[in-house]
Amino acid sequence: MPNTMPKIRKNIAISESGFVFDPLSGESYSLNPLGLEIIHLIKNGQTYEELSEVLLAKYEVDQETLDRYFYDFIATLKQFNLLEVETDA
Amino acid sequence: MPKLTIALSGLNNIDSPGPGIPVIRGIRDSKILNARIIGLAYENLEPGAYMHDLVDKSYKVPYPSDGVEPLLERLKYIHEKEQIDVLIPNFDSELFTFMKSEKTLREIGITTFLPTVNQFEERHKSNLPEYGKKYGVNVPYSEPISSVQDFLQHKEKFEFPVVVKGKFYDAYMAYDLDQLGMYFNKIASKWGLPIVIQQFVKGTEVNVVALGDGNGNTIGAVPMRKTYITDKGKAWGGITLEDPSMLDLTNNIISQTHWRGGMELELIRTAKNELYLIEINPRLPAWVYLAVAAGQNLPEALVRLALGEEVRPFHGYATGKMFIRYSYDMIADLDEFEKLSTKGEL
Amino acid sequence: MEKLPFERPTIQKISAGIPSKHGISRKLEPLSHIDGLSIKSLIDDYGSPLFILSESSIRKTYKEAYRAFSSRYPNVQFAWSYKTNYLNAVCNVFHQEGAWAEVVSGFEYDKAAANGVSGESIIFNGPDKSKEDLRKAIQNSSLIHIDHFDELYEIIHLSREVEERPKVAIRINMDVGVYPKWDRFGFNFENGEAWDALNRIKASKNLDLIGLHTHIGTYMMTTEAYKIAASKLAQLAVSLEKKHGHVIQYIDMGGGFASKNTLRGAYYPGTDTTPSFDDFAEAITSALMSSEIKPDHLPMLILETGRALIDDAGYLAGTVLANKRLSDGRRATIIDTGVNLLFTAFWYEHDIRPIEPISDQMEDTTIYGPLCMNIDVIRGNVMFPLLKKGDHYVVRRVGAYNTTQWMQFINLRPQIVMLDMKGKAHLVRKGETLDTINSQEITPEHLQNFNL
Repeated sequence: MPNTMPKIRKNIAISESGFVFDPLSGESYSLNPLGLEIIHLIKNGQTYEELSEVLLAKYEVDQETLDRYFYDFIATLKQFNLLEVETDA
Repeated sequence: MPKLTIALSGLNNIDSPGPGIPVIRGIRDSKILNARIIGLAYENLEPGAYMHDLVDKSYKVPYPSDGVEPLLERLKYIHEKEQIDVLIPNFDSELFTFMKSEKTLREIGITTFLPTVNQFEERHKSNLPEYGKKYGVNVPYSEPISSVQDFLQHKEKFEFPVVVKGKFYDAYMAYDLDQLGMYFNKIASKWGLPIVIQQFVKGTEVNVVALGDGNGNTIGAVPMRKTYITDKGKAWGGITLEDPSMLDLTNNIISQTHWRGGMELELIRTAKNELYLIEINPRLPAWVYLAVAAGQNLPEALVRLALGEEVRPFHGYATGKMFIRYSYDMIADLDEFEKLSTKGEL
Repeated sequence: MEKLPFERPTIQKISAGIPSKHGISRKLEPLSHIDGLSIKSLIDDYGSPLFILSESSIRKTYKEAYRAFSSRYPNVQFAWSYKTNYLNAVCNVFHQEGAWAEVVSGFEYDKAAANGVSGESIIFNGPDKSKEDLRKAIQNSSLIHIDHFDELYEIIHLSREVEERPKVAIRINMDVGVYPKWDRFGFNFENGEAWDALNRIKASKNLDLIGLHTHIGTYMMTTEAYKIAASKLAQLAVSLEKKHGHVIQYIDMGGGFASKNTLRGAYYPGTDTTPSFDDFAEAITSALMSSEIKPDHLPMLILETGRALIDDAGYLAGTVLANKRLSDGRRATIIDTGVNLLFTAFWYEHDIRPIEPISDQMEDTTIYGPLCMNIDVIRGNVMFPLLKKGDHYVVRRVGAYNTTQWMQFINLRPQIVMLDMKGKAHLVRKGETLDTINSQEITPEHLQNFNL
């Protein structure tokens, strides 16, 4: 499990309907409800452990499945350049 | 007259515009009709959806290529909220789907005024030669092809340049086989097969907008010449003509076919003053507002025909009336784009 | 507290300017049961992937087609096109319904005979009939549809050796205004070749000319072409009666009716555009009824439609193997059915859907088969719900041609079950095993051993 959670870029605007606007690229995106929920949890600075604890309690899902789809989701966010670029410390 | 709710598509008022907005302008100009306008949009950026002085509310709808079922389901949802009285589809690619659904729509209280499937099918570009023969109209030689290989079989019957046409939209001039192949692929990937290869007829492009009542009567018809054509082949400007031969041709076609609904005839007038029929579009064209301005409010008449009213044919129109098309950068808020793109309503 | 169903988190780019293929996203309804039987239980019992055929769907479609023609024409006979699906169970459903057999090879002929179809109810078509095939067909009084002059001369030759008189028809090709024009089978109408062939048959004295046959194309979406074809055959029938006083017994309009599948490259879905049996029947029968054939000489009308009768009755169910992302971010789903089993994926946009409600969320997905080949694509760019590994899918309308054109390639061919009228499953073709393949092979003695 990751020590550091990915960070959403600061100037990304996210509305309650799951509409995402990236002012840097001018692109817009649409999140499904769970995508929106995960983004909120990340923005609140939760660790992955805390995040998965919340989701496992709330949804009909096991840890392994959650892990897999969480990383697929994060990879997509990265592909769309919505994450802070990690700098090698 | 009680307030009507009219739903329309074709809100893509862009550089090659759909007829939605011009049709709405005709309805708004009407002294008889009092209408609430519902826009049906396929794309998030169709300008009409953001033009709130013309369109009261817009909904996104699924593409006709998804089939009748999903479209009907969506329309039923919209109808529940809006109680649509009349629906006017403005895209060629929608017509088949709406004609198929005409009865179902009528049952839930939505009326349309569309050509019959037969009228629609026989005027297809790929059937134009038979159409010409059947109704005694000059048409250029053409062949439908489903591959460039097909064309090679008919090569000797054509002389370059030829016009490469899509099933619903798009037409390109090809000066050699390479270009023909290129346009074939370009159009086929968008609109499917067949592609029609049409002999190029040299002359001036003239058009007629007309409305048939379904009993063989022409309710209105206005001929026009494009005064300037954009590089996309669309009219930049146009002027109404006084041309009895174009009107005769229109009346001839409408009376024989009992055409029901709006139509646009695309014609070429050759140097010998012969008229060739290039295409029949089964709906009102984007330049229909010129007819409104010239004295024939065809959108208004179409709505009244749909409501089952008796509409008397128009007599005369102003000749020499011009239109000049212009573009305009409308300013829109991101939250409106958000509403249409995520909620499908605006 | 009850837990909520889990749905994968997703983010999708909203297309702004460029028209995307899809307007408002629509839900893809899952298909969980066929004839009341759960697809999941069938997969559990018979394995994955699995072809599933519905007997009630076959019978219903057949009855519908028969009604469309017989309500418009006094004498109608269907002949089941073996090549479309020659599983014995399928053929016998059609034979029980009253259809004859239509075969195009010695193998298919023997298969029909082994099913118990009597010789005079077998129509023998196609360009590939060996001398022995022809001899057998003549002896059994089968209806031989002659494809070319070489075959005609062969039959004339055989007619001197065999006691029975050959019963023949000719296949005729013609221009009916459609593309592509099929002129490689039979004798041409327009250039007079067909008329020539008919005159030679009449001149031979030993042959019984009993019918006229045409087959104008495949996947016909227009009924008009059938009308033209029927009129042309009627013209020939009238000419035969005028010149030779000969009345033919039947006109065989072949097949080629489209099913409700959507062709690749078509704009509208096939469910919206495919003509109904009534449409086809109206075109064909109206042409025959209004022809100059005398009312009391109206020939039997034979139809060999295959695809339109069986496509709807076939399903292919299976399992998702994996999901991955392509380099451009699009989703790829890999399933356990490839083009080796679903040959028709080359020309249809197949209707594929999940078998249980998984998610309302759809994503632009390419569905790949399991073969190690780039061409193994079941659907390119389809809005598809997010299936997980192990979830099941079902492909609809796969009854025609797939179980005759499928390949044993990389993997073995799976089981086929048929659901009877009560919804009970019967295994109608066993899945292949290593033995099925190896039993056909002979390894030379010196290649049987090796040391690694």
